Amino acid sequence: MDFNQLIVILATAIATATPLVFASIGETITERAGVINLSAEGTILLSAMTGFAAAYATNNVLAGFLAAAIVGALIALIVAVGAITLKQSQIAIGFVLAMLCGDLSSFLGNPIVLVPGPTVPSLRIPILQDIPVLGPLLFQSDALVYASYLLMALTWVYFYRTRNGLLLRSIGEQPAAAFARGSNVVRMRYFYALLGGALMGIAGAAFSLDFKAGWSHRHTAGYGWIALAIVIFGGWNPLRAALGSYLFGILQSLASVAQSSIQNVPTQVFSVAPFVLMILVLVLTSGEWLDRLLAYLPAAWRRPITRAIHAPPPAALGKAFEQD
Amino acid sequence: MNVQLQHIYKNFGAVQANDDVSLSVESGAIHGLLGENGAGKSTLVKILSGFITRDRGEILLNGQPAGIKTPADAIRAGVGMLHQDPLDFPPMTVLDNFVSGRPGGLFINQRAASHEFKALTSQFNFELDVDEQVSNLTVGERQQLEIVRLLALGVQTLILDEPTTGISASQKSALFAALKKLAAQGKSVIFVSHKLDDVAELCHAVTVMRAGHVVGTATIPCPSARLVSMMFGRELAAPSKPQTCRDDVVLQVQHLALSDGRMDVRIDRLDVHCGEVIGLAGLEGSGQRLFLLACAGILRPAAGDVRLHAARNGLSSMAGKPYHDFLKAGVGYLPADRLREGLIWGLTIQDHVALRTPASSAFIDRDSTRQNAELAIQTFNIRGRTDTRAGQLSGGNQQRTQLALLPPALNLVLMEHPTRGLDIESTIWVWQQLIARCQAGTAILFASSDLDEIVQYSDRVIVFSGGKVSAPIDTTSLSAETLGEMIGGKF
Repeated sequence: MDFNQLIVILATAIATATPLVFASIGETITERAGVINLSAEGTILLSAMTGFAAAYATNNVLAGFLAAAIVGALIALIVAVGAITLKQSQIAIGFVLAMLCGDLSSFLGNPIVLVPGPTVPSLRIPILQDIPVLGPLLFQSDALVYASYLLMALTWVYFYRTRNGLLLRSIGEQPAAAFARGSNVVRMRYFYALLGGALMGIAGAAFSLDFKAGWSHRHTAGYGWIALAIVIFGGWNPLRAALGSYLFGILQSLASVAQSSIQNVPTQVFSVAPFVLMILVLVLTSGEWLDRLLAYLPAAWRRPITRAIHAPPPAALGKAFEQD
Repeated sequence: MNVQLQHIYKNFGAVQANDDVSLSVESGAIHGLLGENGAGKSTLVKILSGFITRDRGEILLNGQPAGIKTPADAIRAGVGMLHQDPLDFPPMTVLDNFVSGRPGGLFINQRAASHEFKALTSQFNFELDVDEQVSNLTVGERQQLEIVRLLALGVQTLILDEPTTGISASQKSALFAALKKLAAQGKSVIFVSHKLDDVAELCHAVTVMRAGHVVGTATIPCPSARLVSMMFGRELAAPSKPQTCRDDVVLQVQHLALSDGRMDVRIDRLDVHCGEVIGLAGLEGSGQRLFLLACAGILRPAAGDVRLHAARNGLSSMAGKPYHDFLKAGVGYLPADRLREGLIWGLTIQDHVALRTPASSAFIDRDSTRQNAELAIQTFNIRGRTDTRAGQLSGGNQQRTQLALLPPALNLVLMEHPTRGLDIESTIWVWQQLIARCQAGTAILFASSDLDEIVQYSDRVIVFSGGKVSAPIDTTSLSAETLGEMIGGKF
C-alpha cells in the first residue's frame, strides 16, 4: 500500500464518518441537557427514509435534509414530552421508539426501495484542496462534510466558551442548581432535545442522500446504536465524539480493504468487525485498569491527563427535574 | 433591604408546611430563623427565594410587593439563597460555577470574571482557587463560593439554610465574620438554623418556628431556655452521662497500621472497656473513619491487630477474619452517610427489619416483620410507617431507624457523627439511647466534629490530626479549647 492509497482510505473514512459526527454530536447535546434520546437507531432509519423520499419527490436535496431534521425533532419531541413533562422512564420511551421507528421506516419506505434519487453533489474547496495531504484528506468532499467540521467547531465553542453553553452543561449536571440560578430548566431541556433530534435526523439523511445513497430495508441498521456508544466514548465532549466517529470510520475503511485482500472469509465478518472493535475500544478506554495505569504517571501529569480521560456522565442524565 | 413575609401558606399534600407565617427582617440585620427539623423554616425561605411557589401570602421588599415566583424573579429582586446542600456543579471549575447563570453577552470573559471573583474573595478573606474543581472543595469552601457568586449578582438579602453543618470551626468563624460585614453594609441576612449557640452568637433577632407556625420573635441576647421552650413547647435538658466504665476490656488495639492509599494511621495501643464512651475528635478525614472501619471489620489493617471480646474465651484476635465474624462478636457500626451506607434508600422500614432478621427460611414472615417494624417505630419514636421508604425519612428519623436496627445486645457500637443534622430533641434522644446501652455494658466509639458533643459524652478522647493519633485523654482534664488546639495538630 503506498502513501496515496493510505490518503484515499483515510479520506473515505473521514467522509463516511460524517453521518456519525452529526448523530453523536446531536446526542451529546441532548444528553448534556440531561435527556437521553435512546431512539437514535429508529430516528436515523426513519429520517433517512423520509429524507430520501422528500428529496426524491421534490428533486431537491435540501428539502430532503429539512424533512429529515423535522422527523428527527418530532421523534425527540415524543421523548421530551415523556421524559420532561410526564417524567416517565427515558430508557423505556427511547427504546420503544428505536424499535417502532425502525419498523416504520421499512413499512413506509417500501415504495422507494432501490429507486435512484438525488444525492449531494461533490464540492471541492478551491485553494484548500491543493494543500498537500490535508487537501485530499479534508477538502475534496462535499458541502455536508464541511458542514460537519463547522458543527464540531461551533458546538465546542458553544459548550465551553459561551454563557448559554455553560448553562446547558449546568442543567444536565444539577438542574435544581441551574433553576436556582434563574434558568428555565424545562424549556431549555426541550430545546436541546429537539435540537439534538434534528441533528440526528440530518445524520439519517446524510446516509440516504450522500454516503449510502438511496433507500433499502434497514438501510442504516446499527449506526444509531454505535452513535450512542460513541457519545459515551466521547465523554460527552463534542470533539471527542467526532474523534470517536472518525475512529469508527477508519475501522470500517480498514474492514473493506481487508475484505478485498483476504478471501475465504465470509463478508459478514468484515461488516460486523468495526462494531466489535469499537466496543473493544470503549472497554479499553473506560476500564478501571486505566486508572491503575495512570497511577504510575508522575504526579504533575496525572491530574490533567486523568481529567481529560475521565469524563463522568452529566450527573442528572436521564433524571426528571422535580420542581417544589 | 427590608424584607416582609406576610401570611404565607404552603402545604405539601396533607402536610401544612407553612401555616399563616409572617416574618419581618430589617435591612442591616442578621435575623435568625430557629426551629427543629421539619418546623417549616426551609419551606419559608425557599418561598422567599422563589424556589418553591407559595399557596397564598405576600412578599414585600422595602415595602413594595415583589412578585417572586421563580428563583430568577428573586435574584432580580435582590434575594439570594444558600441552600442546605450546596446547589452547585461539582465537576466544573470554581470559575465556571461563579459565572454560570450570570447575565451577560454570548461569550464569557474569563479574565474579567476571574478578576472580579478574586476581588470579592479577598474582601472576605476566603481562599478559593478559580481553576479548582468544585468536587475537590470542602462544604465550607463551596459555601464561600456561593456567597461570593450571589454577592456578584447584586444580592441585597442573603438567606443561609443551616450553613454551619459540616464546616470546620475556622470556616465557621470566617463565615460569621463575612455575614457581620454584609450586615454592616446594610444588607439583610436570614440565618436558618436549629443550633441555638450559632443563633445566639451571630444574630440580632430571632424568629422561632414550630410545626409550620411562628411561635414568637425575640431579640438577642435572650435566655436560651426561653428559646428552647419556644422551639419544643417545653424545656429540654441534655442527659448527663453516669460513670459506667467497668474493668473488662471489649476492644484491644495493638500496633494497628491503617491506610487508604492517601493517609496512613498508626495506633499503638488502645484498650476500650465495657460501658466506656470514647470520642474521636479531629477534622473530618483525619483518620477517624479508617479507625472505625477497621474496628468494624470493613477495612483490613495493613499491620497490627484488633482484638475483640468474644463470648467465652475472652479477647481474641480478629486479624484476617471476615466482617461476619465481627458482627458475631457483637460489633455494631452506624456510618455517617445514613442513606448511602447505613440504610437502603428504596426499601421500607419493614424491609429493613426483614433484612436484619436472621434467615430461618427462604420466605419472609410478613406478619412478624410488620409487627417488629411497628414495635421499632413505637419504641424508637420514628416518624414514619412500616411502609415508609428509608429515603423519605428525615435525617433524625433515619438515625432513629439505624438505632432501631442495631441488635439488642452489643459489646461495641461504632458511630460516625451520631447526631449530625439532627435537631436538639433528636440529639438528646439519641444520646439517651446510647447511654442506656452503656449502662448495659456496651462500649461506644464515636467520631464527631461537634467538640461540645465529644466533651459532654466521652469518658476518654482520642484526637486525630492528619493521620497522627494522640494518646487517650480523660475528659475530666479536658476543655473544648485545648481540644481545639490538639485538633490543629498540637500534641
